[in-house]
Amino acid sequence: MGRVMKIARRGFLFGSVALLGGVAFGWWRYATPHGNPLIAGLGEGEAALTPYVLIDAQGVTVIAPRAEMGQGVHTTLAALVAEEMDLDLTQIRVIHGPASAAYYNSAVLGEGVPFAPTDQSWIAETMRGAMDIPAKFLGFQITGGSSSIPDGFEKMRLAGAAARAALVQAAAKRLNLSADQFTTEAGHVIAPDGTRIPYTDLAVAAAQIDLAAEPPLKPRADWRLLGKTQPRVDMLGKVTGTARFASDLRLPGMRFATVRTNPRQGGAMNGFDDSVAKSVAGVERIVPLPNGVAVVATHTWAALQGAEAIAFDWGPAPYPATSAEISEVLRGSFTEARKDSTNRNDGDVDAVLTGDDWQAEYSVPYLAHATMEPMSSAALLKDGKLTIWSGNQLPTQILTEAQTLLGLPPEAVTVETTLMGGGFGRRAEMDIIRQTLIVAQAMEGTPVLVTWSREEDTTHDGYRPAAMARVRAKVDGGSLVAFDFATCSSAVVESQVGRLGYSVPGPDGTIVQGAWEQPYRFANHRVTGYRAPHMVPVGSWRSVGASQNAFFHETAIDELAHLAGIDPLEFRLTHIDDLPTRKVLEAVAEMSGWGTTAPGRAKGLAFCMSFGVPVAEVVEVENTPEGLRLTNIWAAADVGIALDPGNIEAQVQGAIVYGLSAAIRGEITLADGAVEQQNFWDYEPLRLSQCPPITTRILENQSHIRGIGEPGTPPIAPALGNAIFALNGQRLRDLPFAKSVSFA
Amino acid sequence: MPITFTVNGNPATLDLPPEMPLLWALRDGLNLTGTKYGCGVAACGACTVHVDGQAVRSCQTALGDVAGASVTTIEGLGTPAALNAVQMAWLEGQVAQCGYCQSGQIMQAAALLSTTPNPTDAEIDEAMSGNLCRCGAYPRIRAAVHDAARRLQEV
Repeated sequence: MGRVMKIARRGFLFGSVALLGGVAFGWWRYATPHGNPLIAGLGEGEAALTPYVLIDAQGVTVIAPRAEMGQGVHTTLAALVAEEMDLDLTQIRVIHGPASAAYYNSAVLGEGVPFAPTDQSWIAETMRGAMDIPAKFLGFQITGGSSSIPDGFEKMRLAGAAARAALVQAAAKRLNLSADQFTTEAGHVIAPDGTRIPYTDLAVAAAQIDLAAEPPLKPRADWRLLGKTQPRVDMLGKVTGTARFASDLRLPGMRFATVRTNPRQGGAMNGFDDSVAKSVAGVERIVPLPNGVAVVATHTWAALQGAEAIAFDWGPAPYPATSAEISEVLRGSFTEARKDSTNRNDGDVDAVLTGDDWQAEYSVPYLAHATMEPMSSAALLKDGKLTIWSGNQLPTQILTEAQTLLGLPPEAVTVETTLMGGGFGRRAEMDIIRQTLIVAQAMEGTPVLVTWSREEDTTHDGYRPAAMARVRAKVDGGSLVAFDFATCSSAVVESQVGRLGYSVPGPDGTIVQGAWEQPYRFANHRVTGYRAPHMVPVGSWRSVGASQNAFFHETAIDELAHLAGIDPLEFRLTHIDDLPTRKVLEAVAEMSGWGTTAPGRAKGLAFCMSFGVPVAEVVEVENTPEGLRLTNIWAAADVGIALDPGNIEAQVQGAIVYGLSAAIRGEITLADGAVEQQNFWDYEPLRLSQCPPITTRILENQSHIRGIGEPGTPPIAPALGNAIFALNGQRLRDLPFAKSVSFA
Repeated sequence: MPITFTVNGNPATLDLPPEMPLLWALRDGLNLTGTKYGCGVAACGACTVHVDGQAVRSCQTALGDVAGASVTTIEGLGTPAALNAVQMAWLEGQVAQCGYCQSGQIMQAAALLSTTPNPTDAEIDEAMSGNLCRCGAYPRIRAAVHDAARRLQEV
């Protein structure tokens, strides 16, 4: 049993435990339903520590228990600890750590409550706090929802502060002086006479310190690292090819596999003929999967060739087989029976909208995630123990899958969460994990790496849902007096969580995300979500429901501004009183020179608040002989507290590029129950030559700290569409735009 | 018949089918995993390496075709302890996000700069547009190519 101090804030108990040759600092939990990752063998009534900081003779290790998929989370989480410990990022090792429910994410569900992020009433805040309980109950160690920073902002700093306090007291005890005479700097405790004692020398003694008082967190004015751009801890590996993704794991005797499953997702495999495949040089084994096969070979290329040589008899798709049929289902789902939520219903829309009002219909297609690294993971089952290497956003779910599929208890399973070659929500799925487990069992004793082909990856996904919206509105005297927004899609949570074997009752917030909670105020204002039936598997795609609803909502707002004869910026400001939102709109207007126009060019504006972050973006376009060209993009976002401005800039730029890929060309279509697109030649993301300069500004006017992985994506499609309208007078209500406009 | 070639200055001999793409020979035959598989059809550039100084897509280059040639991968361009100027520019510019495409981006940029020491934006667009980045690091990639050009000219 280690040393505990009480930290009243949110009831955390922070403290330490002695390790062999060192000490671990973290969060003590009592009476917990969850197993503990690093300290086994606790008796009845004993407590366990969820460690975030490990110090031994080798140095300081920070456990950043969130998946690094490019968003820089390991760097920022480590900086929170390093700040309080007076360390530099170069002085610490950062690891993801083990899969454990102890590293549950309490922030990810916080925005699922039916209160808009701008609602800071007592009841809204209390409800958000209460969401801590179900998250803990579920014990999901999840990376997603732009939640890692809100979740870790306090936990990581408290761990660092506890560690620093114990190290200082250990030094004071050693020198028989009072602790308040000591300072810390660059991984050393500094005695009054200037003697520098390395933390590593104090680690064992620090484990014996009683932390009686809550260590104060540094005031922001004293921050050395936070608030300033930090060099990423993973950058050197990524520029030298030495960073290890799951697909880069190599072990002695390793075999290489790929899979081929029914392209009609969820459809059965009636049979297959692998007689040719077995004769492909290097192919060693064909392992049947529930809806396909895995081909195991001496090299990945042999496995790919073998899979290509198998003749399959696939069963039909368990959903409408063509895009046209799916569109019909969506169109027919705006019914009372399919009504999922009316989270916003101000005034009396029906009394104002009487029939011949302005109305418009919008649509977006399915989208694949298309991470640069196709799905991959490796595993070794040996002597009743399984190790699985995977870049996954839900490592604790892997423990559940191993128990279900292979009957292995969690203590027999080690999950190594690797770097991820892109995530965007794709790696919260268990498809590749289940396949890897089955192959590992078939190949017991031999390590196997499973790598999907790009074609398998494009055609097997939990796609961003195809969606439609119908908007009716009335403008009177330059003001929007009634706004009736109806949006329809299959439910992401139902589909995605359903694939994990859970069901979530009640309305699915993703259907109306990015619409109902927008800080617009119209006298009569209704947002209705309609739940289309579950069809093609859908999942969390960067910014989730806001990715479609911002396009619908902000295109409609732009149309209505023009209808009212009011400048689109002024129109928005007229109907928005939320201060952080007004500030991002004013900032992007100032940055872009809104109201001025270069010859031959035009600008479009859009706004969306998603994951609590207001983001306003302006796109500038021009016509060229080669087609429409994007010439400039400006973005302003408010994250509350900007911990790493350089990384936030990169995230906003990246989110914009991701959204542009979808806005311009992104489309997944279905024929005969299967996704038609196969590879980057027919599902082609934005290329460098099409990417204009993107200027960002980060604001800090809101009261909560927010994550920034996703919020940059939603406004870009409507901003581009609104720019095209401003340039050509062509109003585009359906994505992708390349179906209507030729791009340079 | 084993195929012999040079990888990062060292001789390599692989007893693998000559039609096997160089990509898989490097990754699975030589454990040089810095070169990445992204598409297998030369549509993304993640697998870019140099063959006798020229940038090629290793997923579309047969192992048999590099017999006797000199192949350079990201591991041979520079090391964490001794970075190439392009890698230095990438590091200073904090270019990578997920990083999966960056080996290919860096190899492509290095090949561009070897023939065009001071490229314009248009020349960068032309040379680098075969290399996809889903994280959208394009603004920083463009800036880093310019920075690498400056570094190379100072040497």
